[in-house]
Amino acid sequence: MKEIVNLPVSKPEEEEYHINMGPQHPSTHGVLRLLVSLQGEIVKNLKPHCGYIHRGIEKMCEKDTYPQIIHLTDRMDYLSSHINNHAVCLLVEKALEIEVPERVQYIRTIMDELTRIQSHQLWWASFGMDLGGLTCFFYGLRDREMILDIWEETTGSRFLQSYNCPGGVMQDIHPNFQKKVHVFLKTFKKKIKDYEKILSGNVIFEQRSKGVGMLTKEDAISYGITGPSGRGSAWSCDIRKTEPYSMYSKVHFNEVLRYECDSYSRYMVRMQEMYESMNIIEQLIDNIPAGDYAARMKAVIKLPAGEYYQRVESARGELGVYVVSDGNKTPYRMKFRTPSFTNLCVLDHLSRDMKIADLVAIGGSLDLVIPDIDR
Amino acid sequence: MDNTNLKARILEIVPDAQQEENKQYLTLLVPAAKLHELAVKLKTTSDLSFDFLFCLSGVDYGKQLAVVYHLNSTQHKHYIVLKVKTDDRVNPNFDTVCDIWRTAEFHERETYDMFGIRFNNHPDLRRIFLEEDWKGYPLRKDYVDEVNIVEF
Repeated sequence: MKEIVNLPVSKPEEEEYHINMGPQHPSTHGVLRLLVSLQGEIVKNLKPHCGYIHRGIEKMCEKDTYPQIIHLTDRMDYLSSHINNHAVCLLVEKALEIEVPERVQYIRTIMDELTRIQSHQLWWASFGMDLGGLTCFFYGLRDREMILDIWEETTGSRFLQSYNCPGGVMQDIHPNFQKKVHVFLKTFKKKIKDYEKILSGNVIFEQRSKGVGMLTKEDAISYGITGPSGRGSAWSCDIRKTEPYSMYSKVHFNEVLRYECDSYSRYMVRMQEMYESMNIIEQLIDNIPAGDYAARMKAVIKLPAGEYYQRVESARGELGVYVVSDGNKTPYRMKFRTPSFTNLCVLDHLSRDMKIADLVAIGGSLDLVIPDIDR
Repeated sequence: MDNTNLKARILEIVPDAQQEENKQYLTLLVPAAKLHELAVKLKTTSDLSFDFLFCLSGVDYGKQLAVVYHLNSTQHKHYIVLKVKTDDRVNPNFDTVCDIWRTAEFHERETYDMFGIRFNNHPDLRRIFLEEDWKGYPLRKDYVDEVNIVEF
């Protein structure tokens, strides 16, 4: 008979142990693995492991022409695909010193703001679900469908549109576009009130997000946390205001800032931003000028030798495109400074000494998109 | 501060910095040994206060390997681009700046992963996207891809 070995009794509150959260975990929203060191249920240390969906987009770009690269940028942050396209187009237009028609600028700005709204809708849906509100998921996806329908008519695709091209857009807007956007705005203005009722004033939600994941303004700048997450820490970092592009210098909108610096504050910034985006679209949608939907471009686009940088405000934060060109039709080196990648690096700092359930709230409030991290 | 004043201020700190041609931002090539000292001063001097490192990228210029730092001051709204280069392709290394700008930690790991550039005093310098046993550094121009033999 085997001798019964007296195993040392473990005291969970003293012992530190490691848990893998992900790569398949509903609250990481994709294939991200977080190696969490726990003491009891307190997070002591967190190491993100990325690369599960790394496709080497920067390497592929070195073999592709600029119009081809636009199709790759869709696949980085798939929830702000229009804005990613827009960044590359602006960079090419800046390098070639091309003036795009005003109609294009209107269309692009409206598309960007629709992108921002649907991205925030999906974020709201999944953030609510992370914290236990399954209704949010249905509401968010239901309302997002309207924007996808508008896109499908105009761009021919619901998700990865690649609608922008250097010099303009691929094709003109559909005759129903303006009418449908009006219907969407009217509907969503009523629906967003439900969003506020379900989550914003909910006691359980407030208790799980207020005071959780405090990020000071100094830390936000040092970690480079841009977008709604940075503005939730009172850092005025909206590229649409600091370096306006397209129509943003001509429309009136407020940069939403919150001063509480916690997860709830980041949540409120995104909620307010949806109102601001609708406000921007309302100013533009009835005034789209007639004209060409694309400027004339050469068949082969070659950027003059040199280095270029373009910043845009994507739904998650600052997207930077850095190109080193040697004068050929393909870039010599192309780097994407993606917002999710930079925002990920603060996760360890925010979740230290918090409960593991808070980690879900913090991760949700940063709104990470995994293909945007890995590229 | 405009670019002329900015350049003069930086030449005071690092006299042998060279300006590179760039239409958009003031770009300065800095000797690698002076990088960390300059970075500390850029962050802490009150009239410079470059507190936001918005991009850090590695570039392979063929013979040389380089790291490019895009900096912005949220207070004074001015920009600068710093560049460091090295001829050493076997064991390239620069000083880390992640003690100054925390965002550099992941960006430097990515640069190490893709270019094999080591950053001295980095707290956790490992590959970030590729496997630990991956051979070579894919974004270098002399990298031979043995897995994907189909050329685009």
